[in-house]
Amino acid sequence: MIDCVIDAIDLTKIYQMGQIEVRALAGVSFKVRRGEMIAIMGPSGSGKSTLMNLLGCLDRPSSGEYILDGEKVSNLSDDQLASIRNRKVGFVFQSFNLLPRATALANVELPLRYAGVGNNRTRRAREALEAVGLGDRLHHRPTELSGGQQQRVAIARALVNNPAILMADEPTGNLDSKSGKEIMNLIFSLNRDLDMTVIIVTHNTGIADQTERILHLRDGLLEDSA
Amino acid sequence: MNLMPAFFEAIQSLSANKLRSALTVLGIVIGVAAVIAMLAVGEGAQETITGSISGIGSNLLFVFSGNQQGNVRNVQPLTLSDADAIADQFQAPSVAAVAPQISGNAEVAYGGERFNTQLGGVTPTYQTVRNYELLEGEFINDAHMLGNASVVLLGPDVADRLFDAREGLVGETVRLQGQPFRVIGVLAPRGGGAFGSEDNVVLVPLTTAQSRLVRRSRDQVDIIFVQAVNAEAVSQAGEEVAAILRVRRRIQLSDDDFTIFTQQDFVNTAQMITGVFTIFLGGIAAISLLVGGIGIMNIMLVSVTERTREIGLRKAIGARRRDILVQFLTESSLLSLFGGLIGIGFGWLIAQLIGIIAAANQTPFRPVVGLNAILLATLFSTAVGLFFGIYPANRAASLQPVEALRHE
Repeated sequence: MIDCVIDAIDLTKIYQMGQIEVRALAGVSFKVRRGEMIAIMGPSGSGKSTLMNLLGCLDRPSSGEYILDGEKVSNLSDDQLASIRNRKVGFVFQSFNLLPRATALANVELPLRYAGVGNNRTRRAREALEAVGLGDRLHHRPTELSGGQQQRVAIARALVNNPAILMADEPTGNLDSKSGKEIMNLIFSLNRDLDMTVIIVTHNTGIADQTERILHLRDGLLEDSA
Repeated sequence: MNLMPAFFEAIQSLSANKLRSALTVLGIVIGVAAVIAMLAVGEGAQETITGSISGIGSNLLFVFSGNQQGNVRNVQPLTLSDADAIADQFQAPSVAAVAPQISGNAEVAYGGERFNTQLGGVTPTYQTVRNYELLEGEFINDAHMLGNASVVLLGPDVADRLFDAREGLVGETVRLQGQPFRVIGVLAPRGGGAFGSEDNVVLVPLTTAQSRLVRRSRDQVDIIFVQAVNAEAVSQAGEEVAAILRVRRRIQLSDDDFTIFTQQDFVNTAQMITGVFTIFLGGIAAISLLVGGIGIMNIMLVSVTERTREIGLRKAIGARRRDILVQFLTESSLLSLFGGLIGIGFGWLIAQLIGIIAAANQTPFRPVVGLNAILLATLFSTAVGLFFGIYPANRAASLQPVEALRHE
């Protein structure tokens, strides 16, 4: 129980689309151990993104209980959720989502700024960038970096605040296979060497097979938790 | 999140859209420039008018017959004996000098030139009370008064039109209403005054005017100028004059049938009028500032829509409502602050230009860009930016991260 980073209990999410209620998640329960690496798979419309949004504290469940790193987050206010995301969740998106006009360093500093970290922001951001192998690209803007490098910046940004979990949504979806492989190797090594809990949402069975556990979603339900 | 990085970030994102930012700023620039220029013109007008009232003389009171405020019937005119009574040292110790005047229009002619001008019938004290200087010759003296002498002092404009000169005119003879008058002096120019041009005027002895030029019953006068001994004595002098006139007219309880204005009263009235005028102009100019503010709101709304994804990302990595709010408010108030600063410069230029145009049209007038106008404009424009930034910023801050991230 103590080393459970994620404890999801009967999570549901219902969207109101005009007159119709859409059950995107129909009661999902699972746990993730600290240091575990799991993949979430499922066809589109299976509730994959909804689950990912709930796990990343971007959204609140309609019912059910979600405990992240020992904190109940199902019923927090918007600002409290923002603070949880800031401290406990690191996001890596398919389309990188870097600020185009800011340097790599400034992009990585951003979560620290929202966390209210004052003096050693730049040092921590530089260390995070060095950790993903971009120590020599600190002052480049995203447009001056390759896709793989941009995703590395995004990973550095996700890690800079020492989160409890790393949420990766199709992290290699916009990359060619070579840099995709490099990014996955980076994520695997984070899991292996830093004991980082990683949740990957992906279509790619090749990637999913390398994780310890795969959650298959279909019609808002888990198929099996093998 | 402290404000320094927010400030730099705002500059960065504003400079990413230079043309758009510049056009938005332009709206504020025009508004602030208009406000500054209008306030400067208003304040300049006030100073010019106040200055011209002070130029009439110093420590003056003006005594008229009639009373605009009270309900009086059978108004008695002011007379020369009223003026003599006011000049009594023992009854009115605060009065330094008294100068009664009758005025009218007269046709003045010399050679082939003839035109109408203002005529003043005055006493010798008039020169000191009204602070007149002479370019040449001498002022009207007691001998002229006693003898109903046919002598005249020419105002500089009159001298210009009759002789094309302001010097060497003493001893010439001009005709007033067809009667010959000997020129004894030329007045120094005083410019426009509170009662119209004080240069287009001829002065003759009061007695001469009464008997031969202006139709008035007995020794009636139009206005009595009273000079107090000093500035502090002005109101005291007013009360002494009023007491003397009440006794002479046997007014005990009813309203006075005369009116006493001090120079300060005129200044106050003029300031009130120009003050209203300034507020009116400033108000019209402020409307353009308002329009500029709406421009800011418009652009900020566009910017929020364009940057929905960025806002979603910022929220995903931990930005609170307040952080997003501060970010967009910083941008909008920076826009309006820039506009305000540039606008102050432009407003100052416009004000100077108006001053130059006024000077070219022989109206001495100096626009005044006051510190308070600058502070007001800066504060007001920043407030406009903040106010019109609130709605777009609030909209950005209330975006849900999930939907914002999904936005294309």
